[in-house]
This record gives sequence, structure tokens and C-alpha cells, in this order.
Amino acid sequence: MGFDQYHEPPDELPAATRTFARLCASLTEEAEAIGWYEQRLAVETDPEAVAVMRDAQGEEFKHFSMDLEFLLRRSPAWREIAQGVLFRPGDIVEHGEEAEAEALEGEDRGDDDQPLSSLGIGSLRGAVR
Amino acid sequence: MNHLLRSVAPISDAGWKLLDEEARERLTPALAARRLVDFSGPHGWEHSASNLGRTASLASAPCSGVSGLQRRVLPLVEVRADFEVSLGELRDADRGAVDPDLAALDKAAHQIAVAENITVFHGWHGAITGIGEASPYERIQLGEPTDAYPKPVAGAVELLLHSGISGPYALALGGEQYQRVVETAEHGGYPLLEHLRKILEGPIVWAPGVKGAIVLSMRGGDFLFESGQDLAIGYQSHDGEVVHLYLEETFSFRIATPEAAVVLDP
Repeated sequence: MGFDQYHEPPDELPAATRTFARLCASLTEEAEAIGWYEQRLAVETDPEAVAVMRDAQGEEFKHFSMDLEFLLRRSPAWREIAQGVLFRPGDIVEHGEEAEAEALEGEDRGDDDQPLSSLGIGSLRGAVR
Repeated sequence: MNHLLRSVAPISDAGWKLLDEEARERLTPALAARRLVDFSGPHGWEHSASNLGRTASLASAPCSGVSGLQRRVLPLVEVRADFEVSLGELRDADRGAVDPDLAALDKAAHQIAVAENITVFHGWHGAITGIGEASPYERIQLGEPTDAYPKPVAGAVELLLHSGISGPYALALGGEQYQRVVETAEHGGYPLLEHLRKILEGPIVWAPGVKGAIVLSMRGGDFLFESGQDLAIGYQSHDGEVVHLYLEETFSFRIATPEAAVVLDP
């Protein structure tokens, strides 16, 4: 059960892809936790319990955001699309369509691992030569 | 399509994959600065300057009753290495050839990595101050022979400790010095590389372009590499024989703690 995040045999996957999958799983779990706290907060009437759960949900916001930032740093295509969608006023769907078209135009739509705007090297701190 | 204009190049998807992988493979071992300093970004091609949090005074105000200051920023530099690839070689690679001639790409990748290392460790006159330029300490001589390197390295670490700069510490070695270190064993056969690692408690990296060596703290917060456009391959033009491409990046580099590094001259 501990290896459910893999759709392919883990032994055949590169280490970077396994790390990416772990963080994707973590992102999902954080989003689930945020949703659960949202439901609990909606029905809880004890103010002290509400305060504790609101604080806990804040932790999940932080974890989700850290997971997301890590994944965006490792996936230039995802990052490029996210930059066209996140923290922008206006029509979300319209921004999404535009960002997708901009990022994927003329590129291989079937291969998200292919960097579109850079080689995806980024920081090499801790990297093994 | 973005500014790299990749989609108008006469290169197949498999060809781009080949070029990107070759570039990544050549760049990664040589990008020493990215192994040792803090990295921010990539912030995109449109990102043009780093915030310094500082201001400059202005000679005048637009009208009476107000005062003004101008924000100071550090502009990013654009670094580019041109190269060309034979269209015939790319077509052969599409057919399954395993040994396409990408020597020009390899050379460009090495050159841009060297440029990045030199800028971070030694500076880019008029654009960016390097770690070595900013270090306030007197330079230490690495000296001869190579198996005597532990003494100056330990001296640099001691200098940092005395200044309240905590570790772990890293050693960026120029190409020649790195080769000498890995080839050298001390009396009794103990590898010099391992001895230096024990002194530093941090990594030793091959830093092509660096003259001599630099010992620096890796505690974080002292040196910041800010990436705008991270390294990418773009398209320039083509004719019937070759396609003209380039490797490009934009970045700035700031030093928060000049005292966190010591230069070791060759």
C-alpha cells in the first residue's frame, strides 16, 4: 500500500520521477486534509475547537503550497501554465486556456516531461554529480 | 510560441529531445555555483532585475512640498552561447543513429557553464560582483605541492570560524586544482579528497573557470543566485545545411555576507 503513488514498477522509474510522484501524492493528501478541515469547521460550534482546527488547516495550506512550489520547480511546463493562471484576477478558465496554448503551442503535447521554456536544471544543491 | 522560437526550427520532437538531453548532460557537472549557493527562480524571461531594497536620492522633486527617492535594483544579465548543428546529423539521429555529432553544442554548454562560474566566483566587471571580489580577507596561497593543500584549506576554514561564519563549508576547485586533488594521495595512501572533505564537512566541487579555489560557507543566506530565464536552447536561423541555435540564460547574483568566503590563489 505504501507504493500506491506509482503507476509503473518503481524499480524501472528514475529517482527524479519517484521523488516527483511522492510529492504529487503529498500534494493530494494536503488538499484532502484542507477539504476535511473545511467540512469540520463548517459544523463545529465549540469556538476553542474551531480555533484549533483553523490553525491546523493553516498548516495544511502551508504544506500544500510547499509541495506545489517544489513540483512547479521540477516541471517547467507545469510552472509556465501555472504562471498564467495563479494569482491573476479575471476569468480562470480563460486564463487556463490561454496559458496552456502558450506553453504547449508547437510542442509535444503528449510528453509533459519535456521542458518547454528551459532545460529544467535549476538548483543543484545536494545533487550528486 | 515563446521567445526561444523552438517551434519554427526544422527540428523534430525527437531532435529537440536529443539536444535538450545532451545539453543537460554537459551542463550539469560543470555548473559549480548552483551546487553551492542559494538559488531563486526561475522567474521567467520577463524578469529583468533583482530587488536590492535600497534607494538613491534624486536631485529634484516634481513639485514643492514632496520629496522622492529612486529604488535601486540589480539588472539581470543575459548570457548566450551560439552553436550550430548539422541538419544531416539531426536527420540521422531521427533515423536511429546513436552517435550524432553534437560537439558544437557540447562546447557551447561548457562555455556558458564556465561563464556562470566565473561570474559567481570572480565577478563580471561592470555587471555583477563575484564572491572572490567581495571577500574581505587576505588571499591565501594554495602553494605546492598538492598534498599540502589541507593546510591552506584548514586555514580558510579557521578564518571563517573566527569571523563567526558557521559551516558546513564547501570548496570550489578550479579545473586544474580539482584534477590534481583527485589524483593525489597523501603519505600512507590516504586520498587527499577525503582529507579535505573531513576538514570542510561539506562538498568539494569541480568548478571550471575558477582560478585556484574558494572556500565558502553553505549555511545558506549568504549568496543568492537569482535565475530569470533558466538555461534553455533557442532557435536563431537555419539554411540548407545547418541550424543555428543558442544556449541562453538570465540571472543576477547578490552577496549578503562577503565574510562567508575565502579565496585561495593558485
